[in-house]
Amino acid sequence: MAVDTMVATERAVPAWKRIGTMREAGLIAIILALGLVMSFASPHFLTFGNMRAMLMSFSVEGIVVVGMTILLIVGGIDLAVGSVVCFAMVLAGSLFLAGVDPWTASLVGILASSMIGMIMGFFVTVVGLNHFITSLAAMVIVRGLCLVITKGTPLSLFTLPASFKAVGQGTFHGVPYVILIFVAVVILFDFLLRRATAFRKVFYTGSNEKAALYSGIKTKQVKFWVTVLCSTLAGVAGVVYMSRFGAATPTFGVGMELNIIAAAVIGGASLNGGSGTILGAILGIALLSVVTSSLILLDVSVYWQDMIKGCILLAAVSIDHLLHKRKAV
Amino acid sequence: MTAQPVLEVRRVTKHFGAVKALTEVNFQLERGEIHALCGENGAGKSTLMNIIAGVLQPNEGEILVDGAPVKIGSPAIAQTLGIGLVHQEIALCPDATVAENMFMAATNRRRSPLMNYGALEREAQGVMNRLAPIDVRRKVADLGISSQQLVEIAKALTLDCRVLILDEPTAALTEAEAQALFGIVRDLKAAGISIIYISHRMAEIFSLCDRVTVFRDGRHVVTEKIADVTPDDVVRRMVGREISQLYPPKQAPEARSGEPILSVRNLSDGDRIDSVSFDLKRGEILGIGGLIGSGRTEIAEAICGLRAKSTGEVALRGKPQRIANYRDAVNAGIVYLSEDRKGSGVFIDLSIAQNISVLDLKTLTGPLGLLNSRAEADLAREFVRRLGVRMGGIDMPVSSLSGGNQQKVAIAKQLAVRPQVILMDEPTRGIDVGAKSEIHRLLRELAETGIGIVVISSELPELLGLCDRVLVIREGTIAGALDDTEMSEEAVIRLASGVTPTDRIAAGRAANVA
Repeated sequence: MAVDTMVATERAVPAWKRIGTMREAGLIAIILALGLVMSFASPHFLTFGNMRAMLMSFSVEGIVVVGMTILLIVGGIDLAVGSVVCFAMVLAGSLFLAGVDPWTASLVGILASSMIGMIMGFFVTVVGLNHFITSLAAMVIVRGLCLVITKGTPLSLFTLPASFKAVGQGTFHGVPYVILIFVAVVILFDFLLRRATAFRKVFYTGSNEKAALYSGIKTKQVKFWVTVLCSTLAGVAGVVYMSRFGAATPTFGVGMELNIIAAAVIGGASLNGGSGTILGAILGIALLSVVTSSLILLDVSVYWQDMIKGCILLAAVSIDHLLHKRKAV
Repeated sequence: MTAQPVLEVRRVTKHFGAVKALTEVNFQLERGEIHALCGENGAGKSTLMNIIAGVLQPNEGEILVDGAPVKIGSPAIAQTLGIGLVHQEIALCPDATVAENMFMAATNRRRSPLMNYGALEREAQGVMNRLAPIDVRRKVADLGISSQQLVEIAKALTLDCRVLILDEPTAALTEAEAQALFGIVRDLKAAGISIIYISHRMAEIFSLCDRVTVFRDGRHVVTEKIADVTPDDVVRRMVGREISQLYPPKQAPEARSGEPILSVRNLSDGDRIDSVSFDLKRGEILGIGGLIGSGRTEIAEAICGLRAKSTGEVALRGKPQRIANYRDAVNAGIVYLSEDRKGSGVFIDLSIAQNISVLDLKTLTGPLGLLNSRAEADLAREFVRRLGVRMGGIDMPVSSLSGGNQQKVAIAKQLAVRPQVILMDEPTRGIDVGAKSEIHRLLRELAETGIGIVVISSELPELLGLCDRVLVIREGTIAGALDDTEMSEEAVIRLASGVTPTDRIAAGRAANVA
């Protein structure tokens, strides 16, 4: 209301003040507070080993979260990411067992994941189904595909060459490659999302598809390629997992999509599209990971863990909603 | 003031955080009167109405119904008190039928567990027939905006209310529909129902209402009998300053060059529009009038590639253009501003800067496909200054702006690509008087710099006051063209509705060909 009468001034908000108001700052504060409490509660929490294990544990999922966040920004959602991660893993794994060089097999696994993204994108943009239903179907179909490829049994890949295993298990000057890959993906897409014109179109499309269309943006193309990007990153995560575990299990990644979506939403991505940041989403998955780790260290039964995570999701989203509501009025 | 007011508001104050929306407002509604409520957007009218209808709660003050203090804690309580509100924003269930929507509130109050659809549809049709011939079995999503607005009004008529609040009911209606509505409002008044009528249109207020109350900046300014004031008085009190002239001066006769910027020939889409031909001349503002649904919007959409055309040519300064999609139109220099500002005009939750740059991404993009954010900010600042957008900063979301300023951002977005022709559909719908005349002035300035402006409008005063020439569309064809000397409300209505003496149409056709 008062904005009407507001004077046309351009106040330069200092950078530190802007950070203070960002959602990311809140998440960092919560993570730090939880860490502080945990460091008193458990002597094992604040150890180098535990920190590294936590970082490792969410690094690979983090790659998937990046894709999911961009897809949420465009107004879509992908329930099939868990299945696609597994698909890339078992496809590359079985190709390797069939005698294909592991690097080539991995590339095929990733490209096949992109193909799944293209098929989903086709149904969303050409047929005109929504992302939810399309990816729900894909989730089940691709999971079935995983079982078909492996005939339902886990593939043992201990014969993978050391050079390939290094991706998931090795370190570079003490830093695991997994973490390096994760950080590279995060920095790359965070930068692109902020600066690249192509990714700005993702925001326009997600914020108001009709207005974007009227502005000459090919919204269907945008949605198609973001869907492909999300599946491709899931594929990348799949082969990294394969290298890390030296195995490919056809049931791997069941339920992963919920964790991924929860992380992106905790980090500020809107299910209505138009908003979300990579940094926020990464903090979201970090928070979930810290909570999981804490629960394990505190000897909380695994049966309780999902429930507690669900409550955290609900609390985080409610707090955000209430804060926004007050600002909006 | 002998009778007890049916509704009285005493010293009501409402603030949202630090922002005071209403300050000690007093308001009285007599039985059976039509009471106009005026004020610029942000003056607090809608806030007060939402308080009366139970949507918002006041911080201080009291509300009396029939002299007894009441607490209106929710819209359901307002309904039981007999207070009905027709929102300015359309709030219907798009997937339900018109009948179901109309009786949503009534169904809620009825205690019967089963729906009687037969009776529902009969009753609904009965109410609807008084307003417009809309089949109540149709889904709301299939109706146009003006019909949806009528459903919203019909919905309120189904409640037995003693106080009916109409918040800009005619904003999306055509002249004929508005006239039908006025008839009903007068009937309701005759039946003893008290009506609060919020509108920006002085002509309506002065033909319909008994008293007028003016709000400014959340305060009550004055309440007067309509008979004792003039439209100028009301407008002056609303804005708190003199508006010497509501509309900018028209194009001087000697400035008329005759050189066409945009030429449209035989434009048809095989469906809604048929053989439309006209020229837009340099420096002029060309108005397009006609009933809603007559094909006005479709003509604009066909010109700029948003609608497939079956025949027709579009030329810019004599050069024929191939326009297959909207991207082609923008590249050629033709931009379109949609009538549905929130639906397809602006990106409401993105920043002002991001909104302004959307059409111009290509020039803002560097060699690596990266956006030059400094150039983007400069662009935004330049247009915000030129258009006088009142805002907190170019990084603020568009949702933080008032309607008038949102519209300026939408216009800035179009101007950023330096267009030769701007097609504007309802450029000032739902915008307050002050912002409206700023936008009109802006359009005139743009026209003077040589940009061709086409304004599609349902508001006759806007067509007549702003435009140098008006095309009237009926059933997808140009029913006539009126130049400055021929323009009158009557002439436009006659052409638009087809109740024209035949010679008048002929004259219009001749003018159009010339």
